Amino acid sequence: MANKNSISRQDQKATIKRVLQFIKPYRFYVWLSLFFAFLTVVTTLYAPIVIGKAIDLIVAKGYVDFDGLMPLLVRFLIVVLGTAIAQWFMSLCNNKITYRVVKDIRTKVFAHLNQLPLKYVDNRQYGEVVSRVVNDVDQFSEGLLMGFTQLFSGIITILGTLLFMISVNLRITLVVVILTPISLFVAAFIAKRTYHMFRLQSESRGTMTAFVEEMVGNQKIVNAFGHEDAAIHQFDEMNEQLSAYSLRAIFYSSLTNPCTRFVNGVVYAGVGIVGALSAIRGNISVGQLSCFLSYANQYTKPFNEISGVVTEVQNAIACAARVFELLDEPVEEPDAVNAMVLKSRDIQKKCNISLRHVAFSYSDEKPLIQDLNLKVKKGQRVAIVGPTGCGKSTLINLLMRFYDIDDGSIAINGESIYKVTRDSLRSHYGMVLQETWLKSGTIAENIAYGKPNATRQEIVEAAKACHAHSFIKRMPDGYDTVIGEDGGTLSQGQKQLLCIARVMLELPPMLILDEATSSIDTRTEIKVQNAFAKMMKGRTSFIVAHRLSTIKEADVILVMKDGDIIEQGTHESLLEKNGFYAQLYNSQFAIS
Amino acid sequence: MFKITNYLKEYKKESVIAPLFKMLEASFELFVPLVMAAIVDQGIKEQNTTYIAKMGVVLVALSLVGLLCSVTAQFFAAKASVGFGKAVRHDLFAHINRLSYAEIDRAGTSTLITRMTSDINQMQSGVNMFLRLFLRSPFIVFGAMIMAFTVDAKAALVFVVAIPLLSIVVFGIMLYSIPLYQKVQKALDRVLRMTRENLAGARVIRAFCRQEAEIQDYEEASQTLNQMQLFVGKISAMMNPVTYIIVNAALIAIIWIGGVRVEAGDLSQGDVIALVNYMSQILVELVKLANLIILLTKSMACSKRVGEIFAMEPSILEHPTGVDLEHAKDKVVFRNVTFTYEGAKEPALKDISFTAKAGQTIGIIGGTGCGKSTLVNLIPRFYDVDSGEVLVDNVNVKQYSFHQLRDRIGVVLQKAVLFHGTIAENIRWGREDATDEEVLRAVSIAQGDDVIASKENGLEEMILQGGKNLSGGQRQRLTIARALVREPEILILDDAASALDFATDAKLRQAIKEQTKGMTVFIVSQRASTIRQADQIIVLEDGMMVGNGTHEQLLADCSVYREIVESQEKNERGGVENGK
Repeated sequence: MANKNSISRQDQKATIKRVLQFIKPYRFYVWLSLFFAFLTVVTTLYAPIVIGKAIDLIVAKGYVDFDGLMPLLVRFLIVVLGTAIAQWFMSLCNNKITYRVVKDIRTKVFAHLNQLPLKYVDNRQYGEVVSRVVNDVDQFSEGLLMGFTQLFSGIITILGTLLFMISVNLRITLVVVILTPISLFVAAFIAKRTYHMFRLQSESRGTMTAFVEEMVGNQKIVNAFGHEDAAIHQFDEMNEQLSAYSLRAIFYSSLTNPCTRFVNGVVYAGVGIVGALSAIRGNISVGQLSCFLSYANQYTKPFNEISGVVTEVQNAIACAARVFELLDEPVEEPDAVNAMVLKSRDIQKKCNISLRHVAFSYSDEKPLIQDLNLKVKKGQRVAIVGPTGCGKSTLINLLMRFYDIDDGSIAINGESIYKVTRDSLRSHYGMVLQETWLKSGTIAENIAYGKPNATRQEIVEAAKACHAHSFIKRMPDGYDTVIGEDGGTLSQGQKQLLCIARVMLELPPMLILDEATSSIDTRTEIKVQNAFAKMMKGRTSFIVAHRLSTIKEADVILVMKDGDIIEQGTHESLLEKNGFYAQLYNSQFAIS
Repeated sequence: MFKITNYLKEYKKESVIAPLFKMLEASFELFVPLVMAAIVDQGIKEQNTTYIAKMGVVLVALSLVGLLCSVTAQFFAAKASVGFGKAVRHDLFAHINRLSYAEIDRAGTSTLITRMTSDINQMQSGVNMFLRLFLRSPFIVFGAMIMAFTVDAKAALVFVVAIPLLSIVVFGIMLYSIPLYQKVQKALDRVLRMTRENLAGARVIRAFCRQEAEIQDYEEASQTLNQMQLFVGKISAMMNPVTYIIVNAALIAIIWIGGVRVEAGDLSQGDVIALVNYMSQILVELVKLANLIILLTKSMACSKRVGEIFAMEPSILEHPTGVDLEHAKDKVVFRNVTFTYEGAKEPALKDISFTAKAGQTIGIIGGTGCGKSTLVNLIPRFYDVDSGEVLVDNVNVKQYSFHQLRDRIGVVLQKAVLFHGTIAENIRWGREDATDEEVLRAVSIAQGDDVIASKENGLEEMILQGGKNLSGGQRQRLTIARALVREPEILILDDAASALDFATDAKLRQAIKEQTKGMTVFIVSQRASTIRQADQIIVLEDGMMVGNGTHEQLLADCSVYREIVESQEKNERGGVENGK
């Protein structure tokens, strides 16, 4: 947040340049919009002249020139219609540009998110990223694009008015020109003070959103601990702070309008006096004076707008910068140009995975895996056990290439996994994690997530294979029941079953099960495991589990501790060895 | 019922003063054309320079008074609207806190958050603009009309035709677009939800190589949003041009009629200028009004969304007074309890009855989705039963106030959630006034000593939102400590040790047993070994209780339990004989 204000001029320029890149595809609409803005301004300015002329034809009784009046009024009508149409088209163009650019940026950011290394996603608060994708993009588009058009039409209005006024009368024009900058000055003065308050306001808004997200998202725990009052109390404090800033921000910013209107009034009076005096001397007609008066009103308006635009554009640039910051996060290193596609045929024939001298750490300060070596042959069942935090899940992150190793090599059939495409590598693994993630959508859609074109029969079979069928059948709409965000009211175990069904449907040659059945009851688990066993026949699998039932039948058990494999072997051989594994295994029976 | 006006009642003074001063300012503005007409008719025609100067001073004075009125009005409008926003925010937050599980499940978190934040902000600016302009703009419009009548009644008839026409257009567009804005907001909700979901599921999405498909889905959702925005934009954009045309058509009529009237000697040239000025004032005001109305339309859509949340009644109502606490031997009693989730076809629990005596440990076991968690959720009254009753200390849970009931219960849920703050702060959620020693003791029972030791700042280590800087097992142990620190009479462990390895899990149970005397403990688990030692084991199957007794009793007479145990023993013990 702190850097929001301290964006240097150079950065601002760079940001604007990038924004322009996004607008570029719609430059036709931009030109069109500018054209219509120009048209609007010119016709709006021209209208008072026609009215002024018309008034000059209505002098007094017996001096009304109806023959001259008629064509003037017709001309006026045409001008008005032209203005209205130009205005409408301009708005349409602006809408189109704004909303399209928003959509483009949003989609681009979203696509970018899907290419960022998991490391980025793992270390971010979702709320913060979401706010960039949704709120910042919105603010930026409204502020910046509207800012540009207002700036443009404002400048044209000022120049146009000046020209028109000079053409009518130089002296009165001078009065206007001298007086109006005061309003600009006043507005700028206020804007400067307001900006600071707005920043404070949006900062405290951010804190509040994070707090609400946390409390509302975890309502159950708040309830369980009777923490409602404390939460409301804490919320009230933030609310109080926010209100204090908001009040000042709103009040200061709302001063701009009356102040400039006052300056307006002074200009109006000035034009009135000087104009009336000139009229006495016969320098201008009464109609011209009326025309001047309406210019005096119009002329100051764009000044106010422009000064308002400055704050808005500043804010928009800050928002854009935050969005671009996200876009600038380096994406995963793309697949090598000559990356091979891992072929299912080859994998099914032979699938030897080898890790050699692998080193990896999440942060530079704390090395986790330093020298890990492992060989797995096709069809082997590898179980990974060890205390919490020993690196079990990390190993999986590396195998799936969610994270890249720092040193050493990981190879499948002798070929480094860094030489094949990520998609082809990952599509050969079926993965079930302890943390269940389901998409909001129907149950059938979720099961068919990895294979969207699966038939209903395949889906039902997959569900049956992992014994999810019976509970799905009992749901209100069976397989078409829509489950909400984060699985809605499904129990943890049910969610896990769906995640397993998702993999069952795909039947990839290699499996990774990270505590995949931890929330499923043991009887179902056994059935699921039988299904897995059938499925795993001939498939290489990696299993992380606490339950020894899952582990014992493994071909190889890897015992990990502090990032190293300290023991390796079958259940029996490890028990015989009477080392760490035996200790781990016996400890649980010692008490129960 | 949620009503905006109710919230403004507290700011009655401000809500009256602001529009009044705005109106006062407007009425000064209305004099300006009259003064100008006087300058033209008397000053110029009679060549009276001092009169012109005098009128000039009057003009400046009018602006100055206008400025003062306006600043006063802005201040009170800001005060009222900010106060309004604050009060609504407070009430909504408190209301959401009162809602029961069922409602939160139904609404979904992300929409609650947008309503809590951006919707209320939008309403706040709506109120602010409304207070400033709702009297001023119509006042100027009608005031200008009345002033026009004082100038010339016949010419002023043009105003009588034009103004209703304008109102129809303005309100027509507004009524038409309110529901559209609601739709836009809904589409935006969807985009928001997809973004959140995508971040949460990054791993799975990549594992299934579905990035492309996700991006495509997202693009579709964005496209829908985009089209709706463009459509609404098209309609809103009509407001200005249409009003512009009507006003200027009226202007033409005024000049023509004015011409006729001047020709007849009923009007002066200055009068025509005044009439034209009044029409222009109306136009300027209408442009403001149009913007106000677009803003109000959005605010109305937002206030409807906020109102929807207020309209959600908590399905579980707190007993207003509660009852005196007494301790009974029968700590928790279920009597013929049946419970069905909203929208579910079949009850999740059917006719459950059992008694848990004070100090007992109750194990609950059964298949996935058999109702284990549901059962324990009924004790702190997170859901209300359909029929039957749940008693704590021989009193129906509905008779207690929430605090009376829940303060005595420590709950550890399956999903281990910690909050932004230090470890100590998180554990003190259990009991605010717990001393450091008490906190450490709770951590120690929860087998979390090494968690604290591994952190640089010990208890004062900051936890990131969602507890991301801790592993699943570490989080679970801290949530257990959080429940233990309140020294609850009833402790509920809802599969709370699933991320712990066997050894730690066993030690944890041991410690709870030894160090917390008199506590009634409910342990939900799928591991038979975890609950084997329990005084009473409840076996559930498809929402029905199919067994209740000790391990030995159940082994003897409960086939489901036997199956569960056998299934685990077969797998777990295998070649090793030191199991029992």
